Amino acid sequence: MISNLPQDFSPILVQFLLALGFVIFTIIITHVLGPRLKSKQKEDPFECGIESEGDARTPLSVRYFLIAILFVLFDVEIIFMYPWAVNFKSLGWFGFIEMLTFVAFLMAGFYYIVKKGVLDWERD
Amino acid sequence: MDSVFLIKSLIILGIFALSLGIAAYETYFERVIAAFIQDRVGPDRAGPFGLLQPLADAGKLFFKEDFIPTLADKWLFILGPSLAMLTALMTSAVIPFGDSILYDGHEILVQGIEVNIGILWVFGVVSLGVYGILIGGWASNNKYSLYGAIRAASQNISYELAMGLSIIAVLMMSGSLSLRTIVEEQHGMNWNVFYQPLGFIIFLTCSFAECNRTPFDLPESENELVAGYHTEYGSMKLGLFLFSEYVNMFISSAVIATLFFGGFNYPGMDWVYSALTSKMGEVTGHNLATLVGTLVFFGKIAFFIFVYMWVRWTLPRFRYDQLMDLGWKGLIPLAVVNMIITAAAELSNQPLLVNWIGLGVFIALLYAGSALMKSKKTSV
Repeated sequence: MISNLPQDFSPILVQFLLALGFVIFTIIITHVLGPRLKSKQKEDPFECGIESEGDARTPLSVRYFLIAILFVLFDVEIIFMYPWAVNFKSLGWFGFIEMLTFVAFLMAGFYYIVKKGVLDWERD
Repeated sequence: MDSVFLIKSLIILGIFALSLGIAAYETYFERVIAAFIQDRVGPDRAGPFGLLQPLADAGKLFFKEDFIPTLADKWLFILGPSLAMLTALMTSAVIPFGDSILYDGHEILVQGIEVNIGILWVFGVVSLGVYGILIGGWASNNKYSLYGAIRAASQNISYELAMGLSIIAVLMMSGSLSLRTIVEEQHGMNWNVFYQPLGFIIFLTCSFAECNRTPFDLPESENELVAGYHTEYGSMKLGLFLFSEYVNMFISSAVIATLFFGGFNYPGMDWVYSALTSKMGEVTGHNLATLVGTLVFFGKIAFFIFVYMWVRWTLPRFRYDQLMDLGWKGLIPLAVVNMIITAAAELSNQPLLVNWIGLGVFIALLYAGSALMKSKKTSV
């Protein structure tokens, strides 16, 4: 009965249409129902009581980008482990040793990142 | 085939309506539990025991001004909350909410789709949810929103790593990515949490962070960032952001119950099944047993939703560097250790025993290591 063919995914369309319908309905209804009062002050970006300065297209701390790059690296490594984990029992001790080597290399890289101070947020 | 598809669609519609309803009432129970923990009354005006409060809140949000700031990127501003809500509602498709329904000679699973990539679907859709917050925060063109959005993005991706690693241990035990297979492996009381106590704690912590819940709600920390990524939002667009958070909470409780607490399995389920089928006949008994399993599953979900709220009103918020340290330097190495222990345990013939011995040895080593470090520091 379970064959994992493309048509097994067809009920997902029902769910997608339901979700999309709900979101579009909500966005349109709230637009129609609400009042509209225009004023210059209200349409400025929010600021705590003072005049807002400039816009938010400003540079950000480079750490966020480093985290993003590291995430891509590590996430790819973790994705490599998924097929291994699924076939784990049939691979036996051989697979265990092989993955131990892989994880050792991965953690060596991780240790390097930590020692390099990439993850130290309190340091400038 | 058509009637099967129809019933499947009805099941999806039911799950969809339930997740919306539960998400709405989570807001009510959050206040009730907060009131209980802080020893005050809580909502009691709208209807008996304040039960109509969620409806009143939703009504209020619908009648607020639908407002777009002039500097904001108009279409992205609308797209943000829509995407957050859309992805939150798509996740429930692969979660097995119950065993199966016998109807007209067909066996129909109580689940949106039963596919062999189950948990990967959850991951994929959940990580798309980050885009909703990121787009919404960036499009607002407000510095508070931008910082909230960037924080949300980098927090979510950081905790996704440890989450992915902690799931690998579960996958090794079941040998499949399908959530239904994972649940069926935990028949009766053979739940994964007994094999994976450390994995469960890692997963729970990460799901708090993924849902942006306290103590990890840095993206909307009100005393530094006004309201974080939804500072500029109002009306039901704000409602969609908040609502998607509660839907995510429901879904992640369901995923935790599925992966670690046996889904619709409960002790004594075989006895209930045979008693029901012998009394009510094969078909009705089977369907009733499925219903009982589903109710048990929702009981587990309710418990985890309660845990979310309990933690929210108990723990204070982290500082951002503490949050990142915990995610990267704490949880990732722990998850790797958990994975290695599980691998060794699964290959030995005594998985339960070896898992606990491995965990004990690891804790002892950790303790000895920290004692050694301390004595070194004091001698210097």
